Amino acid sequence: MRVPRYWRNKLFRYRLVGWRCINCGAFHHFKPLVCKRCGSRGFREVELPKTGKLLAYTVVKIAPADFKDKAPYLIGLVELDDGTRILAQLTDFSQDELKDGARVEAVLRKIREDGESGIIEYGYKFRPLVG
Amino acid sequence: MVRLNGVAIQGYGGYVPRYRIRAEEIGRLWGREKQELPIEEKAVAGLDEDSVTMAVEAARIAVKRAGIDPKKIGAIHVGSESKPYAVKPTGTIVAEAIGAGQNILAADLEFACKAGTEAIQLITGLVESGRIEYGLAIGADTAQGRPGDALEYTAASGAAALLIGRLTDDAVASIEAWNSYVTDTPDFWRRESENYPSHAARFTGQPAYFRHILGSINELLNDEGYSIKDIDYFVFHQPNVKFPLAVAKALKLEREKVSSGLISGFLGNPYSATSLLGLVRVLDEAKPGDAILLASFGSGAGSDAYILRVLDGIEEKRDRAPKLKDFIERKIYIDYASYAKFRGKLRLR
Repeated sequence: MRVPRYWRNKLFRYRLVGWRCINCGAFHHFKPLVCKRCGSRGFREVELPKTGKLLAYTVVKIAPADFKDKAPYLIGLVELDDGTRILAQLTDFSQDELKDGARVEAVLRKIREDGESGIIEYGYKFRPLVG
Repeated sequence: MVRLNGVAIQGYGGYVPRYRIRAEEIGRLWGREKQELPIEEKAVAGLDEDSVTMAVEAARIAVKRAGIDPKKIGAIHVGSESKPYAVKPTGTIVAEAIGAGQNILAADLEFACKAGTEAIQLITGLVESGRIEYGLAIGADTAQGRPGDALEYTAASGAAALLIGRLTDDAVASIEAWNSYVTDTPDFWRRESENYPSHAARFTGQPAYFRHILGSINELLNDEGYSIKDIDYFVFHQPNVKFPLAVAKALKLEREKVSSGLISGFLGNPYSATSLLGLVRVLDEAKPGDAILLASFGSGAGSDAYILRVLDGIEEKRDRAPKLKDFIERKIYIDYASYAKFRGKLRLR
């Protein structure tokens, strides 16, 4: 299951490209049959902004099996510049940069690996804005 | 050597990961004194980085700087000797991540540390012949050095990308000429399934690095009628600090013509990205009209030399995206234990 699921979701994972309902504006990560909010069937492809601010964060020390070798790592709630909220891993943070309201940007990173011989799953994480 | 006609860099990007380890910290483990160490510190990729993620970082910066629609890119060549997959191209992942189209050429290159500059040759050929409008030449590596080996002090991580297209008024720099010099020289290699490269120690100097790099430069200068005086910046591959300075001495260059392109002292040697990152640092400060000589070196062995001329477009395009300095200055120092974890030297399973 893992390979098809990763492949199907790659547009959002790589570039934050998803679908917005033409009727009510609800955002969907993956193209749905009907809108989760209003039930309509019209969508347009949108690329979300890559920058935003950190609303809240936490440190994961006891990680699920796939992420054990990455612990401790950070999870943050990010509000993108268009107001969309997104939960994601944070990366490259120093202790003093880690505060609510910090400016962040999406970057492509390794999310997990399916063992030594399986696929490497890449996707977005957020880091402190550079430059 | 080849003289090019109407091909230019339209955008460029350099990326260096945030983490640094001091050579002194590595020396502490292996009993080396500070005066024996080849560099000050090197850049280390984080736990979630590899040559794919760094290639994407550099490519995104290059595209942003060029200000073009990524769908116009017709070819992506990534040079690396640390591909995360033995079989599965890096170029396809980069293409999707930057939003390039599907009708493109995506191929990975390997020639030790010169795979990135080889990509420039292929892209310029495709652009000059009119087969593509734009192409990306990328060098990216998470360089491997066996624990305790001399290479461990310098093997670093980084990526650089050049977005190349037709020569226009707003281009960053024209690519005027190039030359390659290759021979079968067994100075450094890595066999299939080996994690770390092997090298022939002192053999890496005169018969490998110096012979090839001077071979490519001298022929390019002589045949194209350039003289050393015409060139404002020189960028060489730099496995350490000593080697590029020895080339500068052999060519009788003033120190200020080489210092901007020297990065190995504080970033180390990120293999395929090294000479290209030196070029990025020069482009971050060069003025229109300046001439740049770039010469890579790849073990096995060979060197590609290029002559570039900086154009007016640089003034406006430079500030569209983060400069190399922004990545160099945001460093976080790590100890050897974190370095071992980040670079997969600790195995949990």
